[in-house]
Amino acid sequence: MTINMGPQHPATHGVLRIVLELDGEVIVRSTPHLGHLHRGIEKLAESKTYHQAIPLTDRLDYTNAMGNNLAYVLAVEKLLGIQVPKRARYIRVMMAELQRIAAHLIWLGTHALDIGAMTPLLYTFREREDVLRIFEEVAGGRLTPTYLRIGGVSKDFPEGIGEKVKAFVQTFPDHIKEYETLLTKNIIWLKRTKGVGIISKEDAISFGVTGPTLRGFGVKYDVRKAFPYSSYEDFDFDIPIGSVGDVYDRYVVRLREMEWSNSIVEQALERLPRGPVLANDPRITLPPKDDVLMDIASLIRQFKIVSEGFRPPAGEVYASVEASKGELGFYLVSDGSNHPFRFRIRTPSFANLSALSKMIEGRLIADVISVIGSIDIVLGEVDR
Amino acid sequence: MAEVNLTVKKLKEKFMNSILEGTTFRNEVTVTVSKGEIFEICKFLHSDPDLQYRLLTDLCGLDFFPQTPRFGVVYLLYSLKSNQRLRVKTRVGERESIPSVESIWKVANWYEREVYDLLGITFDNHPDLRRIMLWDGYEGHPLRKDYPTEGPDFDKPFVPEV
Repeated sequence: MTINMGPQHPATHGVLRIVLELDGEVIVRSTPHLGHLHRGIEKLAESKTYHQAIPLTDRLDYTNAMGNNLAYVLAVEKLLGIQVPKRARYIRVMMAELQRIAAHLIWLGTHALDIGAMTPLLYTFREREDVLRIFEEVAGGRLTPTYLRIGGVSKDFPEGIGEKVKAFVQTFPDHIKEYETLLTKNIIWLKRTKGVGIISKEDAISFGVTGPTLRGFGVKYDVRKAFPYSSYEDFDFDIPIGSVGDVYDRYVVRLREMEWSNSIVEQALERLPRGPVLANDPRITLPPKDDVLMDIASLIRQFKIVSEGFRPPAGEVYASVEASKGELGFYLVSDGSNHPFRFRIRTPSFANLSALSKMIEGRLIADVISVIGSIDIVLGEVDR
Repeated sequence: MAEVNLTVKKLKEKFMNSILEGTTFRNEVTVTVSKGEIFEICKFLHSDPDLQYRLLTDLCGLDFFPQTPRFGVVYLLYSLKSNQRLRVKTRVGERESIPSVESIWKVANWYEREVYDLLGITFDNHPDLRRIMLWDGYEGHPLRKDYPTEGPDFDKPFVPEV
């Protein structure tokens, strides 16, 4: 029998459609169909200036907007060869790690909901709201903050945000324990996740799987450690790994990861240096708003950068970050003009999803739900 | 850098005639190769015990319209063993095809389908070469430079018959 799962199915986390060929309740063959959310972001960005493409990146993996911004601005900064002030780098790390916590909280809540545990969702969204409130105050936006700029961040922290972040990082470890009491030793949770979705480590690497899903297999690959960016080398953190790579291992890896993210935020807040938050490069960064209103030179500079953009040297760069789902990379090819010649986005969900068929074939339909939840896809970045 | 130089050196030894150029820009190593031996080169990079580029991080296409050969295919490889990245580039003409590397890295299956879908480059020996983002029956390849950003049917919306 052939059944169609999606694109309107709550457990596919978006508009993924999978055609399942069944023998009884066992899956013989599965064919994912993508593209329902294809917006042509790569094509669209080719006709925009480098500054204008930042808001597009928010809309890739909309649960991890800060991380997406970071990957893109790092790529442009690498292309230009400019340095970012240390305070801006630390603020970026704090925002990216808070965003990772928020993204993992969505994953935990919805993944547990798919498997039948409704309570964790109510708990995780409570803490996610705290993170989004911090974002709202810092950047002015919650889901798509567009906070990062080429050369730094859009504005410095507002008054009193330090105490709010501190209050969050101090209470969050207790909340993780709270989630664990609901799930980690829950017999239904164990039966639905232990031993499900296992493929060999070699296969996982061959399918290009990255992020917590790959680390669940025991492969210690994390871009933050392999190619440290934005001052990650200043912070102490470990990379949690699993052993067999089943759905349960990925769950444990993500929980531990949230604890480490929390610790990184705490370290960054303690050591946050003073200074500017935007590089002072008149060709690239926008002048301060007060100057624009007061003197004609800054006004002209603002107008030139907004309307025309800047022209990086011809060349090609790839910069990647460890996003919440895995390695998110931007491959930019510049021909020396004010918009990219090629704007390629390497998204983690796309590669991770390609391993789905291998993980579910020969298993039951119910396992499809837990496997999709555990590889944590967001269709916004699968389809782009 | 020594490790990367090792890669370039080994490639030049083994595939003397196919390696056209090795460049470094912003500490990223790019090797430009000719299309003929691309499969053998990838296979070598993947399985050589000193190199072991086991992770195909990315595979994408470029359109150099109106130059000839028109297209480029870019492979971004990562070695878990030496923690090095390598970019391999090659050029493909408009009506030519290029060997698929699906049998080396399984993720290439979807990446190559995407390149085929959005740029119209065909891959030989690909097990399942069909569109991935757009629907079957779609005309044109949107990432090509001569394809308008707003779409060819911008002023005449198409409503399928029910």
